[in-house]
This record gives sequence, C-alpha cells and structure tokens, in this order.
Amino acid sequence: MNGTLSSLLYLVSSVCFILALRGLSSPESARRGNLLGIFGMILAIGTTVAGPDMVSLPLIAVAVLLGGAIGTAIAQRIQMTALPQLIAAFHSLVGAAAVLVAAAAFLHPAALGILGEHGIHTASLVEMAIGTAIGAITFTGSVVAFAKLQGLVTGSPLVFRGQHMINAALAVACVAIGIWFVATQSDAAFWLLVASSLALGLLLIVPIGGADMPVVVSMLNSYSGWAASGIGFTLHNNLLIITGALVGSSGAILSYIMCKAMNRSIFNVIFGGFASESGAIGGAPREQRPVKIGNAEDAAFIMQNASSVIIVPGYGMAVAQAQHVLREMADQLKEAGVNVRYAIHPVAGRMPGHMNVLLAEANVPYDEVVELEEINRDFAVTDVVYVIGANDITNPAARSDPKSPIFGMPVLDVEKAKTVLFVKRSLASGYAGIDNELFYRDNTMMLLGDAKKVTEELLKAL
Amino acid sequence: MPPLAPASQVAASSAADPVVLSLTVFVLACFIGYYVVWRVTPALHSPLMAVTNAISSVIIVGALIAAGATAQAHGIAISQLLGFAAITLAAVNIFGGFVISQRMLGKFKKKPKT
Repeated sequence: MNGTLSSLLYLVSSVCFILALRGLSSPESARRGNLLGIFGMILAIGTTVAGPDMVSLPLIAVAVLLGGAIGTAIAQRIQMTALPQLIAAFHSLVGAAAVLVAAAAFLHPAALGILGEHGIHTASLVEMAIGTAIGAITFTGSVVAFAKLQGLVTGSPLVFRGQHMINAALAVACVAIGIWFVATQSDAAFWLLVASSLALGLLLIVPIGGADMPVVVSMLNSYSGWAASGIGFTLHNNLLIITGALVGSSGAILSYIMCKAMNRSIFNVIFGGFASESGAIGGAPREQRPVKIGNAEDAAFIMQNASSVIIVPGYGMAVAQAQHVLREMADQLKEAGVNVRYAIHPVAGRMPGHMNVLLAEANVPYDEVVELEEINRDFAVTDVVYVIGANDITNPAARSDPKSPIFGMPVLDVEKAKTVLFVKRSLASGYAGIDNELFYRDNTMMLLGDAKKVTEELLKAL
Repeated sequence: MPPLAPASQVAASSAADPVVLSLTVFVLACFIGYYVVWRVTPALHSPLMAVTNAISSVIIVGALIAAGATAQAHGIAISQLLGFAAITLAAVNIFGGFVISQRMLGKFKKKPKT
C-alpha cells in the first residue's frame, strides 16, 4: 500500500471518529455512531498493518488479540457504579502507550521515519518531548485517580506544606530537561524527562479530593488526547493528530462543564483549597435544630396524594444499589397516575453522565430523566420531591449564603416543591462536609435509613 | 518523511513546513472537536468518555509501526518490544472502550408507548 492511499484511508477513519462523536447527540444515533467508531479503528489498524515493509505480523496479531481479550473481559464484567475508576484505568493505558511509542521512536528513529542527516529532526524532538511528558503525566495521574476512586488510597486530599512550590519546581524541571533533550538528544535526558513527568503526574493528582474526581477524570481524558496528538506530530500522522485533538477538546469541555456545575475554576480544582476550607466548617459545632422525621407510611401517603413527583438521585443511591427498587416505586406511582420524573445534577455521579447510565441500567426510560437547567423551574409546581442519596446538590445555601463554601454552585431548587422527602442515613453533613439548611425547612420530611431499605419500605406501603 | 530537502528546492517552492501543516490540521481538528462535543447530550457524557478513550488509543498506529517496521539491525530490537507492549495496552483500551460504550448505550431506552 503506498503512502497516498494509506493517508486517504486514515482520513476516512478520522471522519468515522468525528461521526462517532457526532452520533452521541442523541441516544438513537449513538449506537450507530459507536459502530462507525469501531469501523474507523479497524480501518486505521488494517491500513497500518498493510503498510510497506511490515514484519512480525503474527506477533502483532497476538499482541492485539491478547490486549483485546483483556479489555473485552473487563468491560463486560465491570459494574456501572465502578465506571469512573475503569475509565481512569483506561486513560492510564493511553498515557503508558504514548510513552512507550515515544521511547521506541527515540531508540529507533529510522524505523519510524524521523531520522534526518544529523540524528532526529529538531521538530520531531520537540514533539517527542511534549508527547512523552503529557503521556507520562496522564499515566501516573490516572493511576492515582484510579486508586482514589477504587478506594485503594484515601479519597481525601493529601496536602503537605510546600506542595505548590515542589510542583512548580518539578514543572520547570520538566521543561528544562525537555530543552536539554532537544538540544543534545541524549539518552539520559530522555529518561530523566520520563521520570520527572511521571513524578509530576503523581504529585498533581494526589492533593485533589474525592469530590473533585469528576473534573479529574475529565481532565485526564483530555490529557490522553493531547498525548496522542503529540505522538501524531512526532510521527507526522494526521490521523493521530486529528483524533488526539478531538479527544483533547472533548475532555476539556467536560472538565469545563464539571467545574461550572461546582462553581469552581479549573485552577481551583488543581490547586486544591476547597476541601481544606470545608473541612474546617464541617468540624465547627452546630446548633441543634428541630427536624421533622417521618416513616415509610407517612411518605407513601404523601406520594399517593401527589400528582407530580420528581426524584433527585445522588451517588449515595448507586452505592446503596437502590436504583432498581426506586424504578419499581416510580412504576407503582405512574400506574396510580402520578407524573414521575428524575432530576439530574451534572455532578450527581462520580463522572460526567454517570447518573444517567445508572438510571438507564435500572430500565428508567431516558425521556423521564431531565437535566438541571431544564427541570429547575418545575420544582415550584411539583407536589413531592424525593431526594435519595444526594445532599450538597440540593443545598439552598448555595444560593443564599455567601459564606458557604458551595455558594454560587448551581443547585436543584427542591425546597420550592410542596413537600420534600429526604432519604438519608443520618443527619450528618454531606460529602463536602457542609450542613444542609434543607433539613430544617417546614416542608421537609426526613426519612432516615439506608436508601434501598427506605425505598423498599415505601414501595411496600404504597 | 524524507530528509529535509536541499535549500534550493525549499526556496523554489512555497510549500509550507510539515510542522506547520501538522499544526494546521491540529488546530482545525480542535475546532471540529469543540463544536461536535458541545452538541453531545449531557445524558451521554459517560459513553462519550468511553468512546473518546477508545479512539485516543488510535495511538496503536504508532505502536504498530514501532513493532512491525523493518530495517532493524538484527533480531528483535528493544524498540520493537516497546511497540508490542504499546500495542497490547492500546488494544485493551480499544476493545474495552468500545465494548463498555456499547454496553452503556444499549441501556438507554425510550419510554414504551402506551
């Protein structure tokens, strides 16, 4: 296969990838889009393998099938609640692959066609340094994110003195080593660049707390794209450049959406600060205030007499595995003629869109699931809101209390509904460690207990 | 890529530097990504991450070239071993990413018409 033909086929596969993302604009077209993406990937791999002078094809096939078998097995078995850590783990693999490819290109530049008369072209060296550094940061950063999400290490931010100074120094060192590498092409500089970037990835993510993981996962998604683009520049391969740019901008947009949903700037997330502030507030003594506590029968009575119910799920619902019984409860209510919908806050899950997947898995039709911006006006004309496993995303302090750490964060205006049924394990504060004003409102009834148990009792009482 | 052309040829043609061409492609692709991704419905942001994760593993193309390109001095070079390792990692991602996104998308169902 000659160069022109393979370039054209790479172009076709780039278009397939763009259409795969385009398909995700609605659930109906998404599956077709996904198949197009798979086709694009097969085309890309096939074109490369059919290239001139390719050897060791059997070994390549073994490597692809081995990796493919592992990936398929994991993806088929994984629980949807564990999705964020799976994605983080996958991102780390992209980072690792980028570093390996860059290392291979460095060790054997002739094979990858980047060898000039005086060693590797300077431009290729620059691109290689950038690709390697981003790849290495993606790798260790994703490993840390995976460990935090999986609960292997504590989700709370690990902060130590002089952290920012060390990170800044390390970042400067990475750049300096990169320049040294470009100037001298020395082996030592390359490996030192890999090592310092690996360390930087680790130190960047370690101080970020569990509540910020949706942003971190999106950010690493973005990095994995930029790493692929960097390698594309090194190898002069437009397919890699285009795909990397698509993925990079996708991750960047998701990070932006997540940051906006928490009213934080990306710098604020990266440099921490949120968790330490709220920690102090969570530890402050609180006054005892009267709370209305109800039981399943009370709640069932209120729900039966409602004409519209909005369910507000949070990650706690998924942890308690309450989504199936919740959907049964909703079915029961719908049969009784109640209008039931679900309101989703962008950070309700542990990654963008996580809650939608968890509800879809419990057979909740996607047209009953509504995003914050669309449903927020409807709370005022709703009879009952059922808050399950969520807390901070309903806290009215975000609108009214400028002193609150979450002030300015968009929240679901649940307190405007006639009655709020709030399922909660205890009266303790939420994930961010902030007291919720909502508990003490007159129209709030607390249902204390495990999310699944409470919903089961409610279902029985209906 | 061929080695840099002699100065006389460069002066004669107005063809842009390959790096600038790559940069052009890159910047335009960023814009496409920007507009396409903003149109993705928020409900499908998780499948979006899985799909982007799978397609970013197109880096396997680089790994394939590293592993399969000839002109090795003798036997299997270290660069080839690195290539094989990268192929395996990228393949985990490609299959894993597409399978998990297909699984997720299969769960999204419309309200049954009554």
